[in-house]
Amino acid sequence: MNFILTSVIALGAIALISSVVLYFISKKFAVKEDPRIGKVSALLPGANCGGCGFAGCSGMACALVAGADKGSIEGFRCPVGGDDVMLKIADTLGMAAASSEPFVAVVRCNGTCDNRPRIAEYDGLHTCAAINSTSAGETGCGYGCLGCGDCVSACQFDAIHMNPDTGLPEVDEDKCTSCGACVKVCPRHIIELRKKGPKGHRVYVQCANKDKGAVAKKACSVACIGCGKCEKVCQFDAITIENNLSYIDFNKCHMCIKCVDECPTGAIVKINFPIKKKVEVEA
Amino acid sequence: MRLHTFKIGGVHPEENKITADVKTKNAALPKVAIFPLGQHIGAPAKPVVKRGDFVKVGTLIAESGGFVSAPIYSSVSGTVAKIDTSIDATGYRKPVIIINVEGDEWEESIDRSEKLETLDEHSELTPENIIDIIKRAGITGMGGAGFPAFIKLCPPPTAKAECIIINGVECEPYITADYRLMMEHAKEILVGLDLLMKAAKVDRGYIGIEENKPEAIKLFTQLTADDSRIEIVPLAQKYPQGGEKQLVDAVINRQVPAPPAIPVNVGAIIQNICTAYAVYQAVMKHKPLFERYTTVTGKQVKNPGNYLVRIGTTFGELICACGGMPEGDNKVLAGGPMMGKSVMSLDVPVTKGTNSITILSGNDARRKAIQPCIRCGKCVDACPMGLEPYLLAILSANNLYDRLENEGVTSCMSCGSCQFTCPSHRPILDNILQGKGVVMGMIKARNVKK
Amino acid sequence: MGKLIVSLSPHAHGNDSVEKNMFGVVIALIPAILVSFIYFGLGSVVVLLSSVAACMFFEWAITKYMLKREPTLTDGSAIVTGLLLGMNLPSNLPVCIVIIGALMAIGVAKMTFGGLGNNPFNPALVARCILLVSFPAQMTSWPMAGQLTSYIDAQTGATPLAIMKQAIKTGDASILDKLPSATQLLLGSNPTMGLGSIGEVCALALLLGLAYLLWKKVITWHIPVSIIATVFIFSGLLHLANPVYSNPLNEILSGGLMLGAIFMATDYVTSPMTHKGQLIYGIAIGFFTVVIRNWGSYPEGMSFAILIMNAFTPIINLSTKPKRFGEVVKK
Repeated sequence: MNFILTSVIALGAIALISSVVLYFISKKFAVKEDPRIGKVSALLPGANCGGCGFAGCSGMACALVAGADKGSIEGFRCPVGGDDVMLKIADTLGMAAASSEPFVAVVRCNGTCDNRPRIAEYDGLHTCAAINSTSAGETGCGYGCLGCGDCVSACQFDAIHMNPDTGLPEVDEDKCTSCGACVKVCPRHIIELRKKGPKGHRVYVQCANKDKGAVAKKACSVACIGCGKCEKVCQFDAITIENNLSYIDFNKCHMCIKCVDECPTGAIVKINFPIKKKVEVEA
Repeated sequence: MRLHTFKIGGVHPEENKITADVKTKNAALPKVAIFPLGQHIGAPAKPVVKRGDFVKVGTLIAESGGFVSAPIYSSVSGTVAKIDTSIDATGYRKPVIIINVEGDEWEESIDRSEKLETLDEHSELTPENIIDIIKRAGITGMGGAGFPAFIKLCPPPTAKAECIIINGVECEPYITADYRLMMEHAKEILVGLDLLMKAAKVDRGYIGIEENKPEAIKLFTQLTADDSRIEIVPLAQKYPQGGEKQLVDAVINRQVPAPPAIPVNVGAIIQNICTAYAVYQAVMKHKPLFERYTTVTGKQVKNPGNYLVRIGTTFGELICACGGMPEGDNKVLAGGPMMGKSVMSLDVPVTKGTNSITILSGNDARRKAIQPCIRCGKCVDACPMGLEPYLLAILSANNLYDRLENEGVTSCMSCGSCQFTCPSHRPILDNILQGKGVVMGMIKARNVKK
Repeated sequence: MGKLIVSLSPHAHGNDSVEKNMFGVVIALIPAILVSFIYFGLGSVVVLLSSVAACMFFEWAITKYMLKREPTLTDGSAIVTGLLLGMNLPSNLPVCIVIIGALMAIGVAKMTFGGLGNNPFNPALVARCILLVSFPAQMTSWPMAGQLTSYIDAQTGATPLAIMKQAIKTGDASILDKLPSATQLLLGSNPTMGLGSIGEVCALALLLGLAYLLWKKVITWHIPVSIIATVFIFSGLLHLANPVYSNPLNEILSGGLMLGAIFMATDYVTSPMTHKGQLIYGIAIGFFTVVIRNWGSYPEGMSFAILIMNAFTPIINLSTKPKRFGEVVKK
């Protein structure tokens, strides 16, 4: 009995002393923080993806509050939360938020096993970064997708997956938050953030090959050969050709899809257009 | 007698020097010769010919593109077909000059006789002369890395050269090109060493040869018996003894500090056997660097051999001459199995640094299945730079680049001893090299900022 | 023509493999196993076989059904764990306890951490220590030699270590006279005493194993030599100071010291990577072993000492770096 009493008293005393010590320490070393930072942090998604350009959500929150003190939070954008979150934050900080169109990641390579023959077999560390730093990979294309899925492991939103049939990554539009993690990690800079477009309609060049036409075509049947036909047919100056590679400026593109029909190799693709869907149903 | 060698780490790969006793043959002239403009470390060369120009053997086709750079000479006579891009050993397309071969017409200035010219007969040569000729002849390190040779002979003002070390180690398995050259042109190599010593203004020369080449050791010891300046150093067999720092350690027992220090900081200038021979030919025979000794080898190659190859000949043509590719999937290496680069097309040409074409077939061609790291520490024992490869690989795989730099990743010379010795067949070096690339980029960016 | 294969250098491999190292350990254990058959007969066969079989079964079952990955039985690590666990148990231990031990070794100490290469503690020793505190009676009754056909019913006796402990407790050095001679300890031929665990009977057989491991370069000398030397020197000093502590030769030849120093402490996964670190690790194990043996409540301290140092291995790895090439010149 005595022994139980002793232990209860001893433990109780330790608890009491520790709590007093902890209380004073927490008072003494309390960090003064702007209460708004806490509020803004709570509004942010908390994914810490870094898509906004800051180190995690709390970094973004600090920057937003600092921006509000200077009088503007324009230019700040949480790609994950989108306009909803930015509006709420603007409310909290008493600012006006500029709304912007949603973006989505697109993979600019269509070098499937059929389109782009494998001329060698890579037998080493299975990451894109490792292959890219040492060799051209398994195909004759030194610009295309390496297919090891660095982007898949970089995505925190489960929005990008390898398609085992094509060996290429595919973006799940609904899940993609356009945080840009895949864009940063892709050693060949194939992935690009483009405007999601009205109803999800998008037109882009699905190739990143800067080789001359004949060389590019030899490596991959759907490569952009830089022939310039799309540039000529475009009425809106949206298409430029640089280093044998065509690029469509999504701010200028009017989705007339003339270039899609004009492209001799089929390197320009349209996404989510009704016709395309029919084709998919037939197939 | 205890043989000299380097002190830390090292491994013992199977030798497989199957072509050691095969006499060197002249390789057939190629139909088309391809000259990459970046065959050396440094700025790529600038073409001085244009499409349709007729060139002879030994004509300058591209001039040096900067201080660290080297000119390129045609190895064939014919017409320039185009200046374009072509696949190189890494698989990426790089700028090249392509020449259609017609006949075999040499520049008149080249002395094609076999007569041995010695330095005594040419006392008019000054050190500056020699360095200038080496520079103009486009001679680069011919052991693989391809650093322009003349730069090593002009050490920075803070360092003073004390000796020349000729690298006759050839520690890579399979390769025998250096050995055949030593056996067939020993006297010329010694004149080359004389020239290098004069150019660097030193009076001490060493030739390091591994004990697995007793004939070469004997031959050179005989030839230099009455020359007190030159010492032949027999070395215990251990890979990577051919690495510059390891060789300095083995031959004169001095340790080169971590980068950016180079061997001349401890007084040594290293040149390859092939380079010494090329120097002899350039200075005494007025023959710029356009052909080299190359071994074509592999366990399943029908007629492996050593060849005197015109630079620009494609791998495919040389392999055909040796009986073609073995059946099945193969790995074709530019260089030996420890540090060679695997090529993804046989259209890759022989360059100044291609000391061997090694074909690995069957089981040798593929890596074995990767198992978990069992932390045995064998990679730590094997690393000749005293690093911890397992740790570097983990840090690199997890993108911890700051720590990676602290752990000395920049000292890694990618000899592959760690991966060679790993019982779990882990891609240690793949990981390290990827991380090293990032760290080098970081250092460069920092230096630019400063 | 077939495909061309590309990868980074090196393209050659030294043909070393996990399997070779694991089976190297198994071969090195053979002399000790044979000796145990001679001394313990049936009991030793039953315990070793059930231990190896149970370890292999658990490894297979856990990788296949719980971790859902390719079973890794072929790498041989489960066999080694099973053998070493068996070697650390008395030969009269009931099979059900051996199976619990195997489950602890593979299931708790190895697979929960992610399998081969990730376990911070030596699986066989974790199992042994769990059994030791769970089944103290069964785990500390040691059969005497020569009862080839008996198993659980074997006659037991006190081990040399228990005698040493008794001498220290009572402060009576004359008790130590009961100890067998060093030759007897080396060969394990002392018929009147308990012989300890299956694997610790004959120091000579274990030393043969050490010679094989060193010859095949499975391990380096650093860990075993530093442990044995430390125990020898430390217990020698104690013996000189006070003769109730037994003489150092008896200390290194009795109990699990040889087994631990040669086979348990040298486990790749749980020992430091660098030679410097291995020496520190070995010296500390030797030190703790002597401390626990002489002043702890258990007669044998080897397993605890190794587990303690296993916990320090990551720190030792961080603080002992190999000498980098060219560092001498800088100074």
